[in-house]
Amino acid sequence: MSEHVDTLTHDDHASHEHHGATGILNWLTTTDHKIIGMSYTITSVVMMLIGGALAEVIRIQLTTPTGSLVTFSQYNQLFTMHGSVMIYLFAGPFAFGALANIIVPLQIGAPDMAFPRLNALSYWLYLTGSLTMLAGFFTTGGAANFGWVGYAPMTDSVNAPGVGTDLWIGALLLTGFSAIFTGVNLVATIYYLRAPGMTLFRMPIFTWNLLVTAILILLAFPVLTAGLIMLFCDRHFSTHIYTVVGGGSPVLWQNIFWFWGHPEVYILALPFFGMVTEIIPVFSRKPVFGYKGMIFATLSIAALSLGVWAHHMFTTGVVLLPFFSIMSLLIAVPTGIKIFNWIGTMWGGQIWFSTAMLMSIGFVITFLIGGLTGIYLASPPLDFFTHDTYFVVAHFHSVVMALVLGAMAGLYYWAPKMTGYLLDERLGKIQFWLLFIGTQVFTFPQYIVGLNGMPRRMALYPNSPEWQTLNVWSSIGALMIGISTLVFAINCFYSWKRTPAGDNPWDAHTLEWFTTSPPPHHNYYRLPKIRSERPTWDYNHPDKPALVHGHNHDGESS
Amino acid sequence: MDSTPQPPQGSPSRSRRPRRLAALIALPLTALLLSGCTVPSFGAKKSDTVTGRSTYQLWQGFSIAAAVIGGFVILLIVIAVIRFRAKGATIPRQSQYHLPLEIAYTIIPIVMVFVLFGYTVVVENKVVAEPATPYQVSINAFQWGWKFSYPGTNALIVGHTNQNPMMLIPVGVPVHYTLTSTDANHGFYVRDFNFSRLAIPGIKNEFSFQAIDTGTFNGQCTELCGLYHSLMYFRVKVVTLPEFLAWEKKFDTPAGAAAAQAANLVVEQETSSIIPTKPTGTTGTKI
Repeated sequence: MSEHVDTLTHDDHASHEHHGATGILNWLTTTDHKIIGMSYTITSVVMMLIGGALAEVIRIQLTTPTGSLVTFSQYNQLFTMHGSVMIYLFAGPFAFGALANIIVPLQIGAPDMAFPRLNALSYWLYLTGSLTMLAGFFTTGGAANFGWVGYAPMTDSVNAPGVGTDLWIGALLLTGFSAIFTGVNLVATIYYLRAPGMTLFRMPIFTWNLLVTAILILLAFPVLTAGLIMLFCDRHFSTHIYTVVGGGSPVLWQNIFWFWGHPEVYILALPFFGMVTEIIPVFSRKPVFGYKGMIFATLSIAALSLGVWAHHMFTTGVVLLPFFSIMSLLIAVPTGIKIFNWIGTMWGGQIWFSTAMLMSIGFVITFLIGGLTGIYLASPPLDFFTHDTYFVVAHFHSVVMALVLGAMAGLYYWAPKMTGYLLDERLGKIQFWLLFIGTQVFTFPQYIVGLNGMPRRMALYPNSPEWQTLNVWSSIGALMIGISTLVFAINCFYSWKRTPAGDNPWDAHTLEWFTTSPPPHHNYYRLPKIRSERPTWDYNHPDKPALVHGHNHDGESS
Repeated sequence: MDSTPQPPQGSPSRSRRPRRLAALIALPLTALLLSGCTVPSFGAKKSDTVTGRSTYQLWQGFSIAAAVIGGFVILLIVIAVIRFRAKGATIPRQSQYHLPLEIAYTIIPIVMVFVLFGYTVVVENKVVAEPATPYQVSINAFQWGWKFSYPGTNALIVGHTNQNPMMLIPVGVPVHYTLTSTDANHGFYVRDFNFSRLAIPGIKNEFSFQAIDTGTFNGQCTELCGLYHSLMYFRVKVVTLPEFLAWEKKFDTPAGAAAAQAANLVVEQETSSIIPTKPTGTTGTKI
């Protein structure tokens, strides 16, 4: 491990700057994964702001039992579009489009994605799909109004005759194909474009998780796409796939939707697991604890996630309860392994509380809360009395707010690599505390009000002072989250071109920190020797290799 | 911008203190839980049905498990964050694997999961059981109201968003329910019974429960069913068996039967008239 020779990946002719279109034309025609990734990042963060604004309107409406801010119809549109924008247009594309696009090729030492033009197509489909969905607001019938899950028969031509529904279906098809193409691209990139020495079991966990995410995308999204096409046929070509009247079954939609929908939960979650698994070791100044266990945990989460979809349907009365119960409960095991591994990584470290690290710890705690309440919901009798109440809403908001914390961790960690400039740490810490405390203030009253019997998707609720107090607290939490997002926006403008980051501001482990910030057009002029999962660390600290039971990888005791 | 770690200082020797601390916290907690005198409700309600009480106990069991595991993990995080905060630029020991530990936190959760699953199955079998009983209610959900009819009798209760219906059931005997929907998905949910079930077009759902005490309980639709989902309430009145039978008999007089039929007719007309021709967009009623 003492010898470190730089491997040239480009000859001198290739190491000049890329010449091509500049400015807006460059942005429109580019196939560079970093620029596409930045487009994804900006678009998905804008979608988060839109989805967040819709959420704030919902929370204002619910501060009183008889809120009169919006009509019933507008309220149905609000929560439908809030959920749809956040899941389809923010969380997914941010997870596997934005940071994955920028970081995965860098982490494996590739010059770009395997199919750069397909990558550009993915982005443009995503942008088109996003605009298509939002266009629903400008139609006479209004936007989609049947919940983000679009349960039959609420989506049929009788219950939802508006164009907004068709735009919603079209948007899901467009963003769905975008996701499928990204999945193809990620798998091909990770399998075929790894640098010499970057074996599968030397890949960073983030890349590993994106590989598994991409495989899940390829298994799950085509099912949703097929389901949506059948739904479109029901609406316009008089088929009766989801309608009872022609011999169809509304529950079929639930099965198809959740067969996509539950893997989708992990399609959203795994990339964020990957982000914090990159960040916690770097700021603990230790290798990730249980690297291989982490990978097998990811693989088993993915495998189990394909067999749990009907836990969303326990109260339909038509699913095999024990099977889906045990499969769902078992997911707690690999997830628990991950949490213990994160703690094991911090244990014995020298923890540096940067904003990225604080966000990651906030992620672990919030995800723990969401995971523990998920265990209740995996038990059919407990699901019976919490199904469709605010307990469920609080559960998945703990989970997705954990993902938002993870997303912020990823942005604070990788923004220097993407832009060349550090985000301000002081503003970042203000944002963290607002976001972390706001999340708990937002979800905890919802757990309680849900157990008290408040169903979800209600524009009005019974006039009970207790329920109102809880809802007001939840709205205060939502407001804190909203303010934290504003702090983030301010930070982006404040930090723009302020503090140059340098190549490796965090003394990080993985390959992307070896190149310049931002990286050159084809990413690397040279690469270090890749002899472990921490090539950049090994290059900078040749005397500090990772230890396995007190031995380094070559078997020498240390 | 503190983008560099603080000045170096050697890390202090690690003591066994936190482990003892964990034991100090865990022991009285376990003792408290084992004493069993008053297990907290953890936010749930005891329920007015026999099976609902089993569900409640299951809830308590899960909550204890969640509190212990969650408390333990958060304690570990807090200890790690306090004890291992950066005290300098020294690079800590680069340990990466501890196989016995990793196997332990794989095996122990698997065992816990199967214990929780075992209790789940026991309670679930009670909750979904349908004992033979002469007392039957047919529940039909529609946009946006409920129709409760009693097979073999003329008894009928219908109501919608303007007038919430009240379902009568006898106390102390199991009652069998058949749940259907005429149009959209609806959710039959009574918080005080710790139970809900979906009404889905084309599916006949059946379940059974037995009320323990008399009283009136609120119920409502929990599955989004369109414009007036927020207003789709009903109530359940649990009465003694003689009261229930007397109430059912009232519908057997020609006047009672006629009144029930008329009520049914009125409600069906009203529902069809309150369905907007275009239940989307800005045509919705201002709340």
